[in-house]
Amino acid sequence: MPAESGTTLLPPAPAGDPMVPRPVRVESVRRETRDTVTMDLRALDGEGLVFAPGQFTMLQAFGVGEVPISISGDPARPDLLTHTVRDVGGVTGSLCRVEPGDLLGVRGAFGRGWGVEDGRGGDVVVVAGGIGLAPLRPVVLAVLAERAAYGRVSVLYGARSPAEMLFTDELDTWTAAGLDVHVIVDVADRSWTGRVGVVTELLPDAAFDPDRTLGLVCGPELMMRYAAAALTDRGVEPGRVRVSVERNMRCGIGLCGHCQLRGHLVCVDGPVFELDRIGPLLTVREL
Amino acid sequence: MRPVGELLVGHPFFAGLDEEIIRELEGCARNVHVHAGEHLFREGEDADSFFVVRKGRVALDVHMPDRGHMVIATVEAGDVVGWSWFVPPYRWFFDARAVGEVSAVSVDATCLRDKCEADPALGYALMQRVAQVMYQRLQATRVRLLDVYGADHAG
Repeated sequence: MPAESGTTLLPPAPAGDPMVPRPVRVESVRRETRDTVTMDLRALDGEGLVFAPGQFTMLQAFGVGEVPISISGDPARPDLLTHTVRDVGGVTGSLCRVEPGDLLGVRGAFGRGWGVEDGRGGDVVVVAGGIGLAPLRPVVLAVLAERAAYGRVSVLYGARSPAEMLFTDELDTWTAAGLDVHVIVDVADRSWTGRVGVVTELLPDAAFDPDRTLGLVCGPELMMRYAAAALTDRGVEPGRVRVSVERNMRCGIGLCGHCQLRGHLVCVDGPVFELDRIGPLLTVREL
Repeated sequence: MRPVGELLVGHPFFAGLDEEIIRELEGCARNVHVHAGEHLFREGEDADSFFVVRKGRVALDVHMPDRGHMVIATVEAGDVVGWSWFVPPYRWFFDARAVGEVSAVSVDATCLRDKCEADPALGYALMQRVAQVMYQRLQATRVRLLDVYGADHAG
């Protein structure tokens, strides 16, 4: 179980030691879907956590364990660390049961982010599947913060069902703010008036100039392979298509090797990679 | 109202077809408007036509006794609804329902099949296009069968 509010006997983390978690307090929790929550965390030491969109932290439920979780918050708000967590096991289950006031531990932020600033002056296509929208939400918020710096920006989001979509209260806001947002689900009942199919079917709806487009893709690996291929089929250079790879990250700083993907350590060389660097490895069996 | 042939020429499904072929198709086609919630066809009915969607969204759904009507795919403007007209026993497998107001060109299947029999060039051209639609929907269905969003991704 997460540490209870008031148990503040945790020693302060040694400054600069990336292996020691910083204690953070749960400020608020929002239920996104039946198995996914978004939580806002604030560091007990009062110092913010500066991060780049696409980076992750090692999030710790004290006494239970630690898992890598992408940051889903606003990069302009380093005072508030936001994570969206899906209950898929012991640690994440414990994290999904936190309540305001509980204490958690955080290491990071770690890894290489989306580099969304490389899209300035051109078009940006964001393709997200399932919980893959969480690591891309900071991208959307960063783009919205300086909307005029970017050309056409499309957000293409696929989910299993309408009930399993994330950030549903924000999607309309993003549209109103000038983003071209399209949503599709795998299956739905008749109350759903949107699209049903796979996320790549949305790509023809996105208007962009392939020669000056940055494509950012996050979701299940199979979905990323197909979405990335669909972007390159539309003429986007593989070096301008970026995917976020999930592997077994433990230390987060390139020491332990658990997340090795052939010549890459995903925790430091990624999790975001250009397609021309990582694409061939995504189809290698047993890697 | 624009002539049906003109509507066909401008539709992506028929892109690249010779005008002569379009003129042949025109004789089998008529313009239709379907209101929200109305059906283009229902499961089990004879597949005696197919629909070239010009505006709006069509949902393909099926009724499941324990879950009600489930939408298994949607078809948008620029696409076509139905290939059962092309393959025996020429019977619809799902319901097709207009989600909003839908404008489409309805093409009479018997008329078209007769023309395809009589004109192999027309038949081949249509076969290529129908096969493309079937290929895309089959691939999409295969991906969805894998339920990729249901896998263990924590966030």
